[in-house]
Amino acid sequence: MKVKKEQKPMDKGKKLQSIEELESLQQQAFDRYDPLRKRVRICMTGCLAHGADKVRDALVEELENQGMSKDIDLVETGCFGFCAKAPVVAIDPEDIHYQRVKPEDAGEIVSETLGKGNIIDRLVYFDKKANKRLPYTQDIPFYKRQVKHVLRNCGRIDPKRIDHYLLNDGYKALAKVITSLSPEEVIEMIKKSGLRGRGGGGFRTGLKWEICRRAAGSPKYLICNADEGDPGAFMDRGLLEGDPHSVLEGMLIGAYALGARFGYVYVRAEYPIAIDHLKIALNELKSLGLLGDNILGKDFSFHLKLKEGAGAFVCGEETALMASIEGKRGMPRPRPPFPAHKGLWGKPTNINNVETFGNVPLIILNGSEEYTRLGTEKSKGTKIFALAGRVNNTGLVEIPMGTSLRDIIFDIGGGIPKGRTFKAVQLGGPSGGCIPGDHLDVPIDYDSLINLGAIMGSGGMVVMDSANCMIDVARFFLEFIQIESCGKCIPCRIGTKRMLEILVRITEGEGKEEDISLLKELAEGIKITALCGLGQTAPNPVLSTIRYFLDEYKEHIFEKRCPASVCVPLIKFEVNRELCKKCGICKKVCPVGAVSWEKKMPAVIDKNICIKCKTCIENCPAQAIQ
Amino acid sequence: MDGKKIVLSINGKEITCGLNKTILDVVRENGIQIPTLCDCKNLAPFGACRLCLVEIEGIPKLITACSTIAVKGMKIRTESERIDKSRRFIVELLLSDHPFDCMFCEQAGTCPLQDLAYEYGMKNIRFPGEKRATITDDTNPFIERDNSKCILCGRCVRVCDEIQGVGAIGFIDRGFQTRIGTPFDRNLDCEFCGQCVASCPVGALTAKPSKQKGRIWQTRSVKTICPYCGCGCNLTLHVRDNKIISVTSDPDTLNEGYLCSKGRFGCDYVHHPDRLQYPLIKKDGQFIRSSWEQALTLVAMKFKEIKEQHGNDSLAGLSSAKCTNEENYLFQKFIRAVLGTNNVDHCARL
Amino acid sequence: MSNLDITYISQILTGYKSMKGALIPVLQEVQNHYTYIPEPAVDLIAEALNISPSEIYGVLTFYTQFYTQPEGKYTIKLCRGTACHVKGSKSILEAIERKLGIRVGETTKDDLFTLRIVACLGACAVAPVMMVNGDYYGELTLEKIEGIFDELQAKECKSAKT
Ligand SMILES: Cc1cc2nc3c(=O)[nH]c(=O)nc-3n(C[C@H](O)[C@H](O)[C@H](O)COP(=O)(O)O)c2cc1C
Ligand code: SF4
Ligand code: SF4
Ligand code: SF4
Ligand code: FES
Repeated sequence: MKVKKEQKPMDKGKKLQSIEELESLQQQAFDRYDPLRKRVRICMTGCLAHGADKVRDALVEELENQGMSKDIDLVETGCFGFCAKAPVVAIDPEDIHYQRVKPEDAGEIVSETLGKGNIIDRLVYFDKKANKRLPYTQDIPFYKRQVKHVLRNCGRIDPKRIDHYLLNDGYKALAKVITSLSPEEVIEMIKKSGLRGRGGGGFRTGLKWEICRRAAGSPKYLICNADEGDPGAFMDRGLLEGDPHSVLEGMLIGAYALGARFGYVYVRAEYPIAIDHLKIALNELKSLGLLGDNILGKDFSFHLKLKEGAGAFVCGEETALMASIEGKRGMPRPRPPFPAHKGLWGKPTNINNVETFGNVPLIILNGSEEYTRLGTEKSKGTKIFALAGRVNNTGLVEIPMGTSLRDIIFDIGGGIPKGRTFKAVQLGGPSGGCIPGDHLDVPIDYDSLINLGAIMGSGGMVVMDSANCMIDVARFFLEFIQIESCGKCIPCRIGTKRMLEILVRITEGEGKEEDISLLKELAEGIKITALCGLGQTAPNPVLSTIRYFLDEYKEHIFEKRCPASVCVPLIKFEVNRELCKKCGICKKVCPVGAVSWEKKMPAVIDKNICIKCKTCIENCPAQAIQ
Repeated sequence: MDGKKIVLSINGKEITCGLNKTILDVVRENGIQIPTLCDCKNLAPFGACRLCLVEIEGIPKLITACSTIAVKGMKIRTESERIDKSRRFIVELLLSDHPFDCMFCEQAGTCPLQDLAYEYGMKNIRFPGEKRATITDDTNPFIERDNSKCILCGRCVRVCDEIQGVGAIGFIDRGFQTRIGTPFDRNLDCEFCGQCVASCPVGALTAKPSKQKGRIWQTRSVKTICPYCGCGCNLTLHVRDNKIISVTSDPDTLNEGYLCSKGRFGCDYVHHPDRLQYPLIKKDGQFIRSSWEQALTLVAMKFKEIKEQHGNDSLAGLSSAKCTNEENYLFQKFIRAVLGTNNVDHCARL
Repeated sequence: MSNLDITYISQILTGYKSMKGALIPVLQEVQNHYTYIPEPAVDLIAEALNISPSEIYGVLTFYTQFYTQPEGKYTIKLCRGTACHVKGSKSILEAIERKLGIRVGETTKDDLFTLRIVACLGACAVAPVMMVNGDYYGELTLEKIEGIFDELQAKECKSAKT
């Protein structure tokens, strides 16, 4: 399908020889831009799972049929953030926000909205609280509380086009660095900004750069960690798909500051769109001479390659990641020696997360002081979270550090669906923990979350409600760890296996009195003896659920009962006649016809037919099946 | 060696040592014992078994002594409650996935895991669970594998790769099911040097020829030099009832404990019934036992006869790589000076 | 497997001979072509890159992306990430297993479907989610599963007839 693009892209294939040439390219992009021109933006990344490609095709066809394809641009963008309402389409210059758009809507969007400027009510966000339709992006509560700094271009520009990025101050920070700052000054700025690594550990980026700059040995390597392994996180995916140039610009600045000649973006293979967009961006940079030798005619060379991961969570760990680039099994090695001294191929290496790099151009352009205006005392700037799980407004959310979990989950996230109640929020994935309702008002920063037994992690935020079992969640993470453990060291390989076995027996009704203390003992032992971060943090999901949901463990162990009706061997598959609303939904959804129900009568499940698939439980509005 | 020294402290005692040594080396030099399983002489540090954990002042985490270079001023502790607990924890975990099989295990008596279990009195494992299945192979006559005993220290893989340069075996899969094996689980087909067997601390890799022939404490060890080639590797023969039941080599010798397949597995000829133990002289188509005196006289006579009848160059000498340099020198001297010909060669010259 | 055409492997290898860390990209290309890593490929790669076959086998069994058996026509990658889990992806998995009569890692007898689980597809916002040969299917329900596979099976029946 051919897509009608915005104006012709700029002349490429010519290498930029100087800062002036870059600036004139930026000027060109600016001159061509008409802010009042009508545009349709459509997310062609996350929304693909909801058929955005078909909507795009329909829009293209309608524009053609209605003779508007010349006057109206169709921009394929990255993620708007509001994935719960996918596919999302926006219309400029007004920034009208249409959600859950179907291909059938295309004709009307073109004729009514683009042609006549009328808003189509049924595609507009409806605010239940205010009982109002909100057609403009800026008014929708999901966006209102957010501060989109790093994600400023996501959903706004075509990530496959460097001119779009240039138009939005793209590569201005690089120009500033090359013309007016020494590497030391760049590092100083990053240090002053207080930027901390967004990959999970929260290590100070400026300090990390300084150590590597000072390390002896050459060449030096700079790596962007885009492995995003937390199985509930998609921030890095969103940023790479929606605005890859901002990350690459951060890397170029990093390379300049560290004196790194070579670099890699290590991206997980499960992200085909991110890989595609990165490839396009890298090719553009190469053809413009913004990557390679003597960038912009200066004594600064940086060669950047893409490396696709091959499916291993542990390869997010720095030493495993480097082993993987070297073509080996991703087995971590002990530190010291640290990568800054002995990294990739034994050379000094610096690794940062995608979002960390995404912050760098902002700091350089606006200054460290401006950057520190947002955030808490020890955690500056914004943080992107991937809001998912049992929450209404799933999607990508960027908020200033210090925002409370409650604001994110209830204001931005719109609370819990299906009339259920909030139970816990999981942060930091397999290295993190669950935070219960009592602590939702804590302002988010690296340190406050650690105190709560969780971690900032990379930004995965999975909300759980009353129908989630916390022991099942702990078991889920340990299962994940056991699949992903590299198998090298004993505590992780055997220890987490033993923890998992205990959790399995608890969820299967075989729990023993001593199990909780055994779990704790194993957890402590593994934490202090495991080789790498994977093992050292693997017990956290168990410890945090024991800390906040001890009663639930006890109910499983002593009463052989799963209050959330998740653990199948502990479910009786009986309808509680008192709770049953007599609605008959269970009868409708049961795939094997095990439920009998008559109007105004509570349902009954025939255990001989029931295959324990839990469909009825998931659909019962009253949680009456136990 | 620039002779530079650094000062640091171990368990409160000040110590001077050379540069660029691992903490483990320094600690051992000073007669302090730390348990290890994955550490192995000459191999790059691996850091997998986590037994060598020590405390270093100023670093909150425990650090592996085998992989960390000792630096000036370090304050190292090799014993503490935390360290002891960690070590016991690890041994307990290892045993939870280990067959309790010591009475049949070839390694019994030289197995550090057995020693640790004994030392810690670890009879009850508080967290028993699934154990890996035994995967034994295979058709080769030298090496027996039992994956269920493997502790994944990686010594075999590393020695085969780093020292032998063969890379016949490797790590396979990951997580609890990680194991050592050959590509696509083919039969082992390598040099059979047995370096892997020698470096395996437990009974996961053992030598087939010595299977069930004797416990280490039932044998007498005899130090000798390998009879096969001129390299002269050191051998330790383990002898029971005057029979060699196995061969090892001491790591503290010139060949650093490494042997080839002949040295390690090729001593069975010693007890072979067909082996020549005295000279035989053929008479009327029959071999008849004789003394060295008689045999050598006969050979000398024959040489002389040939020389006189056909000339010096009708004779030639071919020497063996099994001989030492000195022996080979003497041999060519004999051929040239005594037999008077330059027809002399050596089987290893090809 | 006996009539495997290895010329493609040799072709790929020429481009990688002098590259550092070439093994994983090479395996990725081989798998893209053959849908799995055939045993003879390992020996060829070993020779060309001067890496032992056992190291290659170690690498390809370490990373979940690599398979040593041919894939079915459709590879189903069901996400088993956290968000999908709390939204019931386990039941979805069981439903697919029931529907196709295979377990994770297996291929249907007609070589149409291979079922795999992945740690996370990064599409958590539309959980539970799966990918079938590059196409995403979000907000899965047991009902949707029936529909999706009925449709695919019907399509294949038709194309088999023509
Ligand atoms: C098991 C494990 C998995 C990790 N996965 C990731 C990841 O997917 N992405 C990431 O950026 N960092 C990950 N990290 C953290 C990185 O090792 C590293 O600290 C980080 O990339 C450094 O970048 P930063 O300083 O910018 O945060 C992981 C760490 C561990 C121990
Ligand atoms: S902690 Fe786990 S992942 Fe890390 S080295 Fe040990 S076994 Fe491997
Ligand atoms: S016998 Fe030698 S070559 Fe064979 S696997 Fe063992 S160490 Fe490697
Ligand atoms: S076989 Fe022996 S040497 Fe090899 S990893 Fe296992 S225990 Fe270690
Ligand atoms: S000897 Fe140091 S970790 Fe095994």
